[in-house]
Amino acid sequence: MDEHRKKILVVDDEQVIVDSVVRLCSDEGIDVDTALDANEAFKKIEHNKYQLIVTDIMMPGIDGFQLIAKLKEDHIRTPVIITTGYSTVENAVKSLYEGAIDFLPKPFTIDELFSSIYRGIRYAGLMDGVQPEIGELPKIDFAPCPVTYYRLGYLTWAKLEDDGSVKIGVTDIFLKTIKTIKKIDLFQLDEEIIQGNTCAQIETEIGLMHNILAPMTGRIIDKNDKLLNNKDLIEKDPYFEGWIYTIIPSDLDYELKHLTSCSSDRL
Amino acid sequence: MKFFAHIGFKLIFIIAIAAAIIIGIFSYFNIQSQQKILQSEVERHLNQLSETVKNSTRYDMLSNRRLHISNIIQTIGQEECIHNVRIMNKEGVITYAADTSLIGEMVDKNAEACYVCHTANQPLARLDIKQRSRVYRLEPDSSRLMGLINPIYNEISCWEADCHVHPKEKTVLGVLDITISLEQIDQTIKKATINSIILTLVIIIVLSLITGYVVKILVDRPVKELVSATQNVAAGNLSYAIDDLGTDELGTLARSFNNMTQKLSEARLQLFQSDKMASLGRLAAGVAHEINNPLTGILTYSSFLLKRAEKHPEMKQDLEVIVRETKRSREIVKGLLDFARQSVPKKNESDLNEVIRRAVTVVENQLSIKKIELVELLEQNLPKVTIDANQIQQVFVNLMVNASQAIDDIGGKITLKTTLISLDPYGIKQIKGALCPKGHSLMDDDIKIDGMASIKVKAKAEGNEGFINIDPIYGRNRNHYGIHLKDKSIIDLSCPKCNISLVDKKKECPVCGAPVYSFEVPGKGTFEACVTKGGEWQHWEEVDKKGKQEYVEALISDTGCGIPKENLDKIFEPFFTTKGQKGTGLGLAVIWGILEKHDGTIKVDSKVGKGTTFTLRLPVQKV
Repeated sequence: MDEHRKKILVVDDEQVIVDSVVRLCSDEGIDVDTALDANEAFKKIEHNKYQLIVTDIMMPGIDGFQLIAKLKEDHIRTPVIITTGYSTVENAVKSLYEGAIDFLPKPFTIDELFSSIYRGIRYAGLMDGVQPEIGELPKIDFAPCPVTYYRLGYLTWAKLEDDGSVKIGVTDIFLKTIKTIKKIDLFQLDEEIIQGNTCAQIETEIGLMHNILAPMTGRIIDKNDKLLNNKDLIEKDPYFEGWIYTIIPSDLDYELKHLTSCSSDRL
Repeated sequence: MKFFAHIGFKLIFIIAIAAAIIIGIFSYFNIQSQQKILQSEVERHLNQLSETVKNSTRYDMLSNRRLHISNIIQTIGQEECIHNVRIMNKEGVITYAADTSLIGEMVDKNAEACYVCHTANQPLARLDIKQRSRVYRLEPDSSRLMGLINPIYNEISCWEADCHVHPKEKTVLGVLDITISLEQIDQTIKKATINSIILTLVIIIVLSLITGYVVKILVDRPVKELVSATQNVAAGNLSYAIDDLGTDELGTLARSFNNMTQKLSEARLQLFQSDKMASLGRLAAGVAHEINNPLTGILTYSSFLLKRAEKHPEMKQDLEVIVRETKRSREIVKGLLDFARQSVPKKNESDLNEVIRRAVTVVENQLSIKKIELVELLEQNLPKVTIDANQIQQVFVNLMVNASQAIDDIGGKITLKTTLISLDPYGIKQIKGALCPKGHSLMDDDIKIDGMASIKVKAKAEGNEGFINIDPIYGRNRNHYGIHLKDKSIIDLSCPKCNISLVDKKKECPVCGAPVYSFEVPGKGTFEACVTKGGEWQHWEEVDKKGKQEYVEALISDTGCGIPKENLDKIFEPFFTTKGQKGTGLGLAVIWGILEKHDGTIKVDSKVGKGTTFTLRLPVQKV
């Protein structure tokens, strides 16, 4: 087998989902293994090395969250993308909190699937680059998340400002997984963004469109217009000059519970 | 129900026993005293008779004409009511008697007639009439007799007469004893006793009938009505209302019952509503999950095909439609899921100025782009208001966004002003619920006055009949008249559901003297007002009592295009929009709902071409 071919595992109890992912990926040179439930998935994981696992949440027997927990327990660090037809905010946030690297709500287009898989494979590559086999948290070190920040999975961060507003932006890991940015699409002022839902889109040079999931719910009171003209800003300094929005949070205390404090990354 | 368990029977039983005891005791004493009076009367007569006999025989006694005496005694003894007449000498030997066969017999001194005097060793010389009379029966079943002994005393003539029958030292020479039958008295008393028994029975029957009837009217019917109401409610018919049961305790119970069922039905409605939301949420979740999987199949394959159809423009177009519409379906399902998500309002004590400042930071940029000047006239040291700061902030943001949209590109001004005001409830306080005396709600959501549900009543005057919608603002009197009426005409107002009159003719309007109508405001006392058309007098005791209420008032004025008069009434209605496809028409309706939940008010004043002012009032809670 070709060492450079990417291999992913798709776990879903719906045959049509599995089939469509297989069909779409085969064209892109990605090998797809499939499993119709979590037990089958575990058997395949045991015998194969996958760069990425894409799993549904609601499945008979073991669900997607339990699958992630089991992988953690077994020290299998293959990144997981969670996808579900029950695409609520709660599921999205929980997936990311539990360690999924992305949340892909069904139904998805081919572009959405590919951008997510692309990031997932890049993420796996990054991790392998730093720590080849089993290891602790990935240490990608040029611009770590500041300790006072909170993050939603490995995607976005939120910083509480003294005046009660919240600044939000994307993490360095996210930026590394998407490669060169071509264009950034932002929401308008006054628009409401909802935790776990798309709040901005980044188009990359290779033509992929990445959705940025908001780390917190609130109303946009300011946006970083500099990003539109100076894309490098976000890549060079994602935690400070590369912020995206300032929002007035609507339910700060509740939503903070589902974010991970960046200070825990240093332990 | 068993007859004995019936409250009517119990009452009748108690009343009958009470009547029997009372009349029994009364009759007993009455008959007793009657008997005493009759008996003493007879006694007196007997004594007179005895004296008469003694006197009429006196001369014959003194002259010792024994035959003469015997004749007199016998003649008297023939009298029907007289049982016996006897004269005994000192030794107890009967010397004269009406019944001649008794003459010569010896009377036992211990016998009843003699006992009174002869119990003591020394015979008594003088006795009063009571002690000398006695009542007895010869046989246990014979009629009663009354006897009276009359001692015959020694006199000078007795011992000085020639016959020298009696020695001088003797005091009593003999005794005259007359007995008469008491049969007549006994019969009279017996008759009286029977009469009182009959009277008692009659009274008991009459009382029972009256009690039974009264119980039927006052207790049975209302109780039956109440029982059928409870059964109706138990069966789930919460809209069942008991008809008027009067003003007594059962009437109060009925009203309280009606009130309870109404509250229950409201609570059930709310429960039903939240249940509906919950099941809608579950349904949405189920639908989302089930539909999203097949949609994924469609969307992935169609978007895949679309990618491969770059070189086939005609196919590409068709595929674009499929992808676009599938994405639309995705948004619809997502909308369903979002709808199932509900936000709970969280009220806290907040500074309204602070909330407004936060709202301003949200819109500031947008306003400066449109060259709109923002003027803040916020009063310092406002008392805090209990609000959901996020919701109220949303209100101000929306109002400011609306204001900025009303201002065209030349620019303009938005003024924000807050003040603390203290308002008399008169002309401010809204009536949010109204009940007729039978508990029917009078609120009418269909006809709104200034956006607030009005109070609908049936009106009759001058032969016309129709409906009047009363202004729900206390003291404002912007009523809608559904019938043609002259000013000052007296209107007969009633409940549109049960026709019960709301007019209290005993009360007079202190302004014009016309009658007054009233209705209950649940939890907030009674509302009263003058019945005449144009009569402005209104009185709401419970609210007046509380006195002035403090409000924080906020005004948002713009110099925009203004709102045409015909739209002013409708702007708070859901789905009313002037923004065409761009707006949902829910913005101001949501704002209205938010203020409603805060016990606040919002009103609008506008002049086309000059601008619009929204006035918001939030009550300050008294500590």
